[in-house]
Amino acid sequence: MPSFSQLNLEELLNRASSGNLRAMGKVLSLLENPYEIPKNLLESLAKRSGNSQVIGITGIPGSGKSTLISRLITSLRRNGHKVAIVAIDPSSPISKGALLGDRLRMQEHATDPGVFIRSVSSKGLKGGLSLAALTMIEAFDAFGYDKIIIETVGVGQSEVDIMKAAHTIIVVTMPGAGDDIQALKAGVMEIGDIYVLNKEDKEESRKTYEYLLFALEKGDIGLSDSSWRPRLLKTSAIMGKGIDDLAISINDHYDHIKKTGRFFEKVISRRTLMMKLLAEQLLIENVEKIYDGMQDKLNAVARNADKIFIASIEIAKRVCSEIDNLDVN
Amino acid sequence: MLSPQYTKEKQYKVLVAKLGIDGHDRGAKVIARALRDFGFDVIYTGIRQTPEQIISAALQEDVDVIGISILSGSHIYHMKKLMEGLRSLGADDIPVVIGGTIPIIDVEELRRIGIREVFLPGESLRRIADVVRELAKEKREKESYRG
Ligand code: B12
Ligand SMILES: Nc1nc2c(ncn2[C@@H]2O[C@H](COP(=O)(O)OP(=O)(O)OP(=O)(O)O)[C@@H](O)[C@H]2O)c(=O)[nH]1
Ligand SMILES: [Mg+2]
Repeated sequence: MPSFSQLNLEELLNRASSGNLRAMGKVLSLLENPYEIPKNLLESLAKRSGNSQVIGITGIPGSGKSTLISRLITSLRRNGHKVAIVAIDPSSPISKGALLGDRLRMQEHATDPGVFIRSVSSKGLKGGLSLAALTMIEAFDAFGYDKIIIETVGVGQSEVDIMKAAHTIIVVTMPGAGDDIQALKAGVMEIGDIYVLNKEDKEESRKTYEYLLFALEKGDIGLSDSSWRPRLLKTSAIMGKGIDDLAISINDHYDHIKKTGRFFEKVISRRTLMMKLLAEQLLIENVEKIYDGMQDKLNAVARNADKIFIASIEIAKRVCSEIDNLDVN
Repeated sequence: MLSPQYTKEKQYKVLVAKLGIDGHDRGAKVIARALRDFGFDVIYTGIRQTPEQIISAALQEDVDVIGISILSGSHIYHMKKLMEGLRSLGADDIPVVIGGTIPIIDVEELRRIGIREVFLPGESLRRIADVVRELAKEKREKESYRG
């Protein structure tokens, strides 16, 4: 087999489309780095995407999301679906690197040709996190994975953005997490389509279940879509309990949004968001480039405290002319 | 490309895995954490992995280096299988390193089958990170598709 480094974009895409793992992995790497996305790549992918159900799974750290996803994969595979997972790491702010721990819980599916797991580190992406997630959705959709699962921890603006791009939002909690649930409010907690109380094998699970039920009935949570009645389910990912019910609810939600037209609306809104984020990326990238190139001048301005505002306008103007020169064909 | 001449600092991605029936996972976990602290993105796939599982994970994640830990004594057998698997998929340009309780006399054989570096007990974590970074850098430089 010829070396991958010698392929052009079209050959790479052809291989990826025929199910070659390495080629798919490479395409995802291209998308992961917003500074290097080849222009035609997104077009080629998006032309073939728009069919898959994107399932966002979010919730407090350690609630069992990855373990639950692994069980869910088994259930979805039994029903003939191809499943892709984008596992976004809640990386620690302390070190520059990241230990991406989600895959470990799903590794039993590694050699299943109908399952593709990709871990994404928020490190080094600098705000490009949601962009990477959105472009990866287009890729997996184009490659024929009809169920795309995104795992995130539900905090931070980019994670909320990512969840809003999903067709079906699942919020996972665990017994005794009342305070954490409060903390998540105003984030993604409120917009779940399906709420899952995992670790129902634990003692305190009844109390938390009643708390959640109350919040749901009161209308504090479950506000994503007025035509869908949000559900509350109990699972034990460890024991494998409640998984089929979860898969059924996911499927019911799919049928529902297909009927109401919300399915395609979501595809449109996630792509418009992708364009906005790409534009932002383009600006940021060029601001940094121009800024780096103007260091001497900016230092002089700073030293003399003269024309500071005008200098910043000059940066912006140069960014605009740089972008003006971009080849858009 | 949006702007090929302007790329950000590189973030390298490494897979750490235990190959074969071998429960000694202390070293692998130490290495996974150490590499993270040295700035790598690390994916640890846990114990009792087959070559097929490791290769699938490496390709799906598009890692820059594969790091294997073996303390069971059957490193030659398992590493031959792993390297054959990579070669058959045209993926033997991904550098592979190994660590664990490996007799010095086996180091040469491991190198002969394509293992880029062998780390023995007591190896300094800083040197491990330096070697892994060099290998990752070398691999990326050969690729036209990832800066
Ligand atoms: C601790 C230990 C155990 C613990 C393991 C705990 C755990 N969860 O890991 C326990 C008590 C469970 C155990 C059990 C057994 N053990 Co034991 N164990 C050891 C011991 C004393 C230390 C291993 C260790 O943790 N070292 C500390 C770590 C940090 O060092 P390390 O793994 O070598 O890693 C360093 C380098 O090798 C390198 N490295 C390692 N991996 C990687 C990976 C990458 C990617 C990189 C870059 C570098 C790298 O970097 C690290 C830092 O320098 C060794 C003897 C020894 N001195 O090595 C025996 C040893 C490994 N065990 C041995 C045996 C035989 C067993 C048992 C079969 C004993 C039995 N009869 O029951 C069982 C089997 C367990 C199993 N399920 O597989 C033998 C193996 C013989 C062989 N290789 O042929 C050894 C060598 C002892 C001996 N001299 O006989 N063991
Ligand atoms: N008792 C019990 N433990 C569980 C259950 N599901 C998962 N766990 C355990 O909870 C811990 C965290 O599980 P993960 O699947 O990693 O949780 P997560 O939500 O993906 O974690 P992060 O990605 O780190 O936020 C692990 O030790 C699991 O074994 C369950 O149903 N019951
Ligand atoms: Mg997880």
